[in-house]
Amino acid sequence: MSSLFGASVQRVEDDRLIRGHGAYLDDLGPDALAAAFVRSPHAHARITGIDVSRALGVPGLVAIYSHQDLPARLAEPLPLLIPHPALTHGRTPYPLANGEVNHVGEAVAMVVAADRYLAEDAADLIDVSYEPLPAVVGLNAARAAAHLVHDDVPGNRAANAVQEHGDTAASIAAAPHVLELDLEIERSASTPLEGRGVLARWDARAQRMVMWTSTQTSTGVRAAVAAKLGLDLSQVDVITPDVGGGFGVKIVHPWPEEVLVPWAARLLGRPVKFTEDRREHFISSAHERAQQHHVTAGYDDDGRILGLDVRFWHDNGAYVPYGLIVPIVTSTQLLGPYKPAAYRVEFDSLYTNTVLVTPYRGAGRPQGCFVMERTMDAIAAALGLDRTVVRERNFIQPGEMPYDHGLIFQDGRPLIYDSGDYPALLAKIKDLVGWDKFAALKEAAASEGRRIGIGLACYVEGTGVGPYEGGHVAVETSGKVKVATGLTSQGQGHQTMLAQLVADELGVPIADVQVVTGDTRRFGYAVGTFASRTAVMSGSAVTLAARKAREKALRVAAEALEVSPSDLQITDGMVHVKGDRDSGISLGTVAVLSNPLRYAFDDAAQAATQFAGGGDLSKPPVAPDDEPGIEGRAFFSPVRSTFASGMHAAIVETDPDTAEVAILRYCVVHDCGPLINPRIVEGQIHGGVAQGVGGALYERMVYDEDGQLVNASFMDFLMPYVSEVPREVEIDHLETPSPLNPLGVKGAGEAGVIPGAAALAAAIEDAEGIPVRSMPLSPSDLFELRQAHDG
Amino acid sequence: MKPPPLGYTRPESVAAALAALAADAGARVLAGGQSLVPLMSMRLAAPDVLVDINRLTELSYVEVAGGQVRVGALARHSEVLASPVAAAAQPLLRQALRFVAHPAIRNRGTTVGSIVHADPAGEMPAVLALLAGNVLVASAAGHRSIPAGEFFLGPLESAVQPGELATEVQFPVLPGPAAGTGFAEISRRRGDYAVCGVAVLAWLAADGRIGGAKAAYLSVGPSPVVLDLTEAVAGGAADAGSFPAAAGLARARLEPWPDIHATAGYRRQLAGVLTGRALGEALSQARETVDA
Amino acid sequence: MSSGEELHEVRLTVNGTAAVARVPARRLLSDCIRHDLRLTGTHVGCEHGVCGACTILLDGAPVRSCLLLAVSADGAEITTVEGLAEPDGRLSPVQQAFLECHGLQCGFCTSGFLTTITAGLRDVPDPDDEQAREMIGGNLCRCTGYQNILASVHRAADIARERAAAGPA
Repeated sequence: MSSLFGASVQRVEDDRLIRGHGAYLDDLGPDALAAAFVRSPHAHARITGIDVSRALGVPGLVAIYSHQDLPARLAEPLPLLIPHPALTHGRTPYPLANGEVNHVGEAVAMVVAADRYLAEDAADLIDVSYEPLPAVVGLNAARAAAHLVHDDVPGNRAANAVQEHGDTAASIAAAPHVLELDLEIERSASTPLEGRGVLARWDARAQRMVMWTSTQTSTGVRAAVAAKLGLDLSQVDVITPDVGGGFGVKIVHPWPEEVLVPWAARLLGRPVKFTEDRREHFISSAHERAQQHHVTAGYDDDGRILGLDVRFWHDNGAYVPYGLIVPIVTSTQLLGPYKPAAYRVEFDSLYTNTVLVTPYRGAGRPQGCFVMERTMDAIAAALGLDRTVVRERNFIQPGEMPYDHGLIFQDGRPLIYDSGDYPALLAKIKDLVGWDKFAALKEAAASEGRRIGIGLACYVEGTGVGPYEGGHVAVETSGKVKVATGLTSQGQGHQTMLAQLVADELGVPIADVQVVTGDTRRFGYAVGTFASRTAVMSGSAVTLAARKAREKALRVAAEALEVSPSDLQITDGMVHVKGDRDSGISLGTVAVLSNPLRYAFDDAAQAATQFAGGGDLSKPPVAPDDEPGIEGRAFFSPVRSTFASGMHAAIVETDPDTAEVAILRYCVVHDCGPLINPRIVEGQIHGGVAQGVGGALYERMVYDEDGQLVNASFMDFLMPYVSEVPREVEIDHLETPSPLNPLGVKGAGEAGVIPGAAALAAAIEDAEGIPVRSMPLSPSDLFELRQAHDG
Repeated sequence: MKPPPLGYTRPESVAAALAALAADAGARVLAGGQSLVPLMSMRLAAPDVLVDINRLTELSYVEVAGGQVRVGALARHSEVLASPVAAAAQPLLRQALRFVAHPAIRNRGTTVGSIVHADPAGEMPAVLALLAGNVLVASAAGHRSIPAGEFFLGPLESAVQPGELATEVQFPVLPGPAAGTGFAEISRRRGDYAVCGVAVLAWLAADGRIGGAKAAYLSVGPSPVVLDLTEAVAGGAADAGSFPAAAGLARARLEPWPDIHATAGYRRQLAGVLTGRALGEALSQARETVDA
Repeated sequence: MSSGEELHEVRLTVNGTAAVARVPARRLLSDCIRHDLRLTGTHVGCEHGVCGACTILLDGAPVRSCLLLAVSADGAEITTVEGLAEPDGRLSPVQQAFLECHGLQCGFCTSGFLTTITAGLRDVPDPDDEQAREMIGGNLCRCTGYQNILASVHRAADIARERAAAGPA
């Protein structure tokens, strides 16, 4: 049986989904009451009254709640998930607004009714009176702080944080050359096709809450709900259904709805379900990406960066439940594959009266990559050097690994790159895109009146972030293998990838392995799915768990076969003496034998009953340090993150008349260590590239000065269709294994999106000869840039 | 996003439909629904009664008669797009319809409905304005014909009054073999509302040079704008590679609005560029027909 | 639903089987299919007709079920994703192609693509690259970046051809 590691095994998830038999949140709970919310139409206002009288006559109405109805724990702000010493002024929302609203879309009242239509009817008839307050919209307004989002947060500053290694000011002062850049990226958002949703069922007799939620962390939700509802952890089950995409937005928890819906279910004694609609997703979930950067770089004649000073301002929206993760990721991952001699990064995380900001695929890296790569290109331009040459001169070399940047990463641990080969990546991407041949192509195009340009961007991505994940593997008497891990799936093929690993370890057909993710009933200790960590964390944990199960199986089989465990191997679910496939017993039989029975439940089980013979009668049936069954349980907790890397190169053509940008070629070189399922990894890259293109050329959240989100629909928030993505994504791989986990793998989920804006900005700048310092860039933006440049 | 409570009636005859519309001032016609249903779902429209005309199959015709392509109220965009007689008589219909949204929308949305909806970014209102067609409107009180020039009153506002049903739109056929049509549009994503679009009707003079042209613009203002390009193009070579004077005229005369997708200046630029493209297409078509 | 609203009888043929629902006029066809008829394979991504996840076949033509009122569809023949596999359970060529080509990740947009492509290949059985792009041009996917969905279109055309050549199963 050949190894499945590295095989593009067809996904086990697909048959069900392709037949329309998926079970996403809204598919569940047909008998549940429906929740809808009254949400603030103002970006900043005091609530002066809530009058529900007109709504009371709506047929099918069951309940209306506002803040005054909430019990003590629910009446408090929602948890600040990731505290940080620099986060001196952290503010989180109330589940229902407590006298003040801070963004359009903030929940003010919850309606529960027989169905969603009726709930919306009632919500429409609830009259909330507001006293509008000045709205702080956009980073300029937040920085100027003429008005405050939160009265007790001076300067709208949630946090100010600095990290430095070396003496940056001195290095810059002493540098032969200095340049300064101002750069800006605007807001985008995860926008998975399925929005958020929660279903809760309170069993009064058993005193248990069972919840389903479209989340990236079932254990996180369970802990939060238990805390907020005053329940024991063991009274709450959280099951993740099929999830229609997450991309980061579903890692935030608990959403107001995630505590209010179970609370209402318990209060009403009826199951309650909330399914978010698309407009709600735009105005009451989360966005990301908006930052302004000021860079000062001191460099030498070779383009080597001697001192890099980055000062930036991060728009965190109205609240910061996720703490400072996004700007911390920006601060640290901005460094990419480079080793500036001195580096100082300082950021302000600022409140605005807009939707909150939490990680979206890339989680601050696209911004950092954009800043670093534009800086590299600017240095190259200033010195008249090839852009890849400048980069090369700044690379951390393979021989310098592990490389300690002297900073603290988003996991609270030192930023130390474990492995990577950036020169090899560069050679590959240059070869793939034809970097050295491009000048000739550009000239030929120019002679035809066409404008083409090439751009390149490099990134490093910290993946496999801790603290831990766990796995459980059990072989049943049928021979089927049941695997559980606590983190969740949103379409990445986790069940397939993890089944491949377990099937390999145990020597069973993959069809006999079933993996469950994100169900607290099956595995209760977990962190969640984010930061490209599943293969590293759960992959390692289930592999270690499978090894324990295998070891036990061989021990039990060895006793039964009267050989030594080292004489045995498992092939296609049969435990047999090496070299002798015909002798042997099935794993299922081993499972039977491992559990000494008094009662046989079927014919096969008879072999394990007390009169069946065998076994040492001078010893107890189950040894003191042993357990019945063939199971393994293991946790994986790395000392720190493992660093994947990659480079993208794009060739674009810009239309001289219409300023439209066409992507002629898009190339990716990608290093996430060894690939467990190459086709799944490639799919992740395709998806990430599409989001990178979206973020570079199409997607931005547009707020007007009153804080209204003007484009809160798919009509005007421009996620790419097939017509907007590159015609082909050319991919090459490099594999530098990670020394930090038993599989040697690194994460792959986010990589595709990280350098998109940087690579495309560089290519457009190369085509136009006009500096591109802000993304996204629409044809209208490019036209105006041209006017400003020529005019 | 669910619609509010609605009254509903699905008449089996045009007369019954008109009676239903007359009976309630808050009644609205439901044909394709591709614009009305999402407005109701977003609770931006809350008609008292929906008069569903989808059973009035007698209105689903696409025919050519009396020098017009006559499109009934229930003809879906996809049906008009597929109609060979319509394409032969007035090629601009097919040229423009290809840009209307996506096939799934075109399978249900009606051409008459999109004209009555009067979206400034709509392709078909601009086509009607360019060709100076008519809209036939019926009510319990009688019927009238509204010329295109009087039909589009403002953004999403047409001359159809409450109680009235637009039963047919008439697009004049190509005025002779020396004429040709063109349509060019640029949108942010394929199938989106146009950032700017131009429909052109051009014709050749007897000597084979350009006789004249006119253009209608979408997404440049509250309603379609029709410009006579003749002064900028007459007498010129019909196979010219570009038409800078026509482009300049468009840029000079139009006053586009800015929005979140484009500045006014960029729209103006596109209007010029697309005028040239659509004009080129129209003249090329005319030359082919004349040569054939 | 106990809303006091007038209910209308909606008769549909869904995946070849007669079905009846009694719904208020405002009931969207997408909700009728999902909640009244309990066919949850059709998904709702936006309710404004842009994403295409809710696409079903109405009398054979792809339409957005979120942009139709159930009452307006009275009398129609509807095909949803649940009706694409063959009677013996074999996956249709389009479904089989998605499986082989990794054409889905989270699966939420997939049913809309499957119905759209099923109708598309019926009209254009051997699409070139441009035609394949046109065919899927109105459906949004956030996970796959479309590359493998395009591959699935071409593979589906091949499978359909192979099956036709092989004769009845």
